[in-house]
Amino acid sequence: MSAPLLTIADVTVELPTPRGNLRAVDHVDLSLEAGRTLGIVGESGCGKTMLSRAVLQLLPKKAKLTGRVMFDGQDLVRLAPESLRRLRGRDLAVVFQDPMTSLNPVLTIGTQLMETIQEHLELDAPEARKRSIELLAAVGIPAPEQRLGQYPHQCSGGMRQRIAIAIALSCEPKLLIADEPTTALDVTIQAQILDLLAREQRRRHMAMIIITHDLGVVAGRADEVAVMYAGRVAERAPTSALFKRMHMPYTEALLAAIPKLDAAPHTPLPAISGRPPDPTRPLRGCSFAPRCRYATGRCREAKPALTSAEMPDHLYACFHPIQMAEGVGA
Amino acid sequence: MLNFVVRRLLAMLPVLLAVSLLTFLIASLLPGDLALVILGDQATPENVAALRRDMGLDQPLWWRYLNWLGQVLQGDFGRSFRTGQTVLQAVAERIPVSLQLMLMAEFLGLLIGVPVAIACAARAGGAFDRFMTGSAFAMLSMPSFLVAILLIFLFAVELHWLPATGYVPFTEAPLSNLRFFVLPALTLALAEWPGIMRVLRSDMIATLQEDYIALAKAKGLKPARILFVHALKPSSLTLVTVTGINIGRLLGGTLIVESIFALPGIGRLLVGAIYTRDLVILQGVVLLVACGFVIVNFIVDMLYAVLDPRIRHGHA
Repeated sequence: MSAPLLTIADVTVELPTPRGNLRAVDHVDLSLEAGRTLGIVGESGCGKTMLSRAVLQLLPKKAKLTGRVMFDGQDLVRLAPESLRRLRGRDLAVVFQDPMTSLNPVLTIGTQLMETIQEHLELDAPEARKRSIELLAAVGIPAPEQRLGQYPHQCSGGMRQRIAIAIALSCEPKLLIADEPTTALDVTIQAQILDLLAREQRRRHMAMIIITHDLGVVAGRADEVAVMYAGRVAERAPTSALFKRMHMPYTEALLAAIPKLDAAPHTPLPAISGRPPDPTRPLRGCSFAPRCRYATGRCREAKPALTSAEMPDHLYACFHPIQMAEGVGA
Repeated sequence: MLNFVVRRLLAMLPVLLAVSLLTFLIASLLPGDLALVILGDQATPENVAALRRDMGLDQPLWWRYLNWLGQVLQGDFGRSFRTGQTVLQAVAERIPVSLQLMLMAEFLGLLIGVPVAIACAARAGGAFDRFMTGSAFAMLSMPSFLVAILLIFLFAVELHWLPATGYVPFTEAPLSNLRFFVLPALTLALAEWPGIMRVLRSDMIATLQEDYIALAKAKGLKPARILFVHALKPSSLTLVTVTGINIGRLLGGTLIVESIFALPGIGRLLVGAIYTRDLVILQGVVLLVACGFVIVNFIVDMLYAVLDPRIRHGHA
């Protein structure tokens, strides 16, 4: 194993709100090696998007970030703006959730693709154009040459997300962050986009972070999964290990909440009861304790640390880990 | 696109008709008998009645309106009973002055307002932003006659850099023509830039929150490219509207500024027509200026389509 491409070390993100500081990301440690895929899973507001923004250094202006984000040997948090700019788009690329808003409505697709290429690679306009056409073809856009002159509103949602992916891939990044890349798309398009991302990731040997609220999305596609809850990593394991035997009750509940195709009609979904804790008022104990069916007095008194038991690469933060897979489902 | 242009052109017709009706009514409903004005207070009632008959003033209002409209449609806006000049002649003589003043004022206003707005939006809430927003407020609340007098005092009286009043046509002496226009244009521009700045600033701030700006940053584009290419164009629709309104307004001349700086523009023509109760000139000039306003607005609509492809393709 080589040194990790990305190391997130003790990262905390706080956002000032009228009700006090909101701790969106709470002492998170993660790492990712070149060419591997990490899935970050959690429900809305668990801090997964803020964590990705912290990596990209695209946090809101008022946000306070502590910790280190080491990427390719450099700490992005302390990098000079100009060095950061040269890194972004070239080595570090992103695909946002909503392709309807992430492309500029008044610039042609060609402009938005070629500007990235020409910013980072030493290519003249005809070469950049040629590369853009190749990229659009690679992400499965028919008649790519005509698309270059079109505007985003002339393309469907799935098409736009393919274009956004082409932009992200344009300079052969070392790391691609896909922040809920399929949430805003039709179900029929979702698998296509995920397969496209997986294919390009393998082909280009780039590292990828897939952020999603859907464990199903990462199931066959990520090498490792980190489950986030209330700004912290609740459980982290190689994907196969996680699905075989999960230890954290939250992971179990998240999996149980996925609708099953073979369920009888009118089967109620075992939704997770209650809400995530108010991030402006941190709990003393485990933040999942109020919603956890295994919680005891100890869970409400102290925060469990992220530790491993039998497997060194399977980490979880729980005093009462589920030992066997029997507990899964409902 | 062609469809869009035709639709916009057709939409102008009822507006122009309403404008003509209003200008006609305003001139007709002003107190005082036009025949009496022309003949003076020495006129006998018989003479007045005869002139009224000649001018068609004894006809009902709607008949006079249709008559006038018919003439206007044939390009005959009437003739001043004081100078004998036709409305078109008088306007053609004055419009270059007002047009030049308008262009220079708008250019200066944009020259000040746009860069300030972009700089403020780029660091919204910062020291520069707060200072300029405050200055804009202060400028907005200064009446133009005060600004004009201060500028004259500073640049003409104290520094002797520029002439205080006067005019020569551009074709005769281009340089001194421009010198005559600097102070009046600056007076207007100082009133224009706060509006331009505030509108563009707030639109820019909103645009800079958009996802596509975050993506532009994530793409590693240079800050200048993000501001000028990615943010300025989608933020400039309101700016174009405001500029269009300003241009339309200045097209009609500026009574105060033209009077202070002794510029023979449309504004002065109107003031003169009002003083001398030259209703034909008044009515014709107001109609022409209103038509200019409508045409400017049409151009603004066209500019929307240039700026935003979604409007061009009928998506928004």
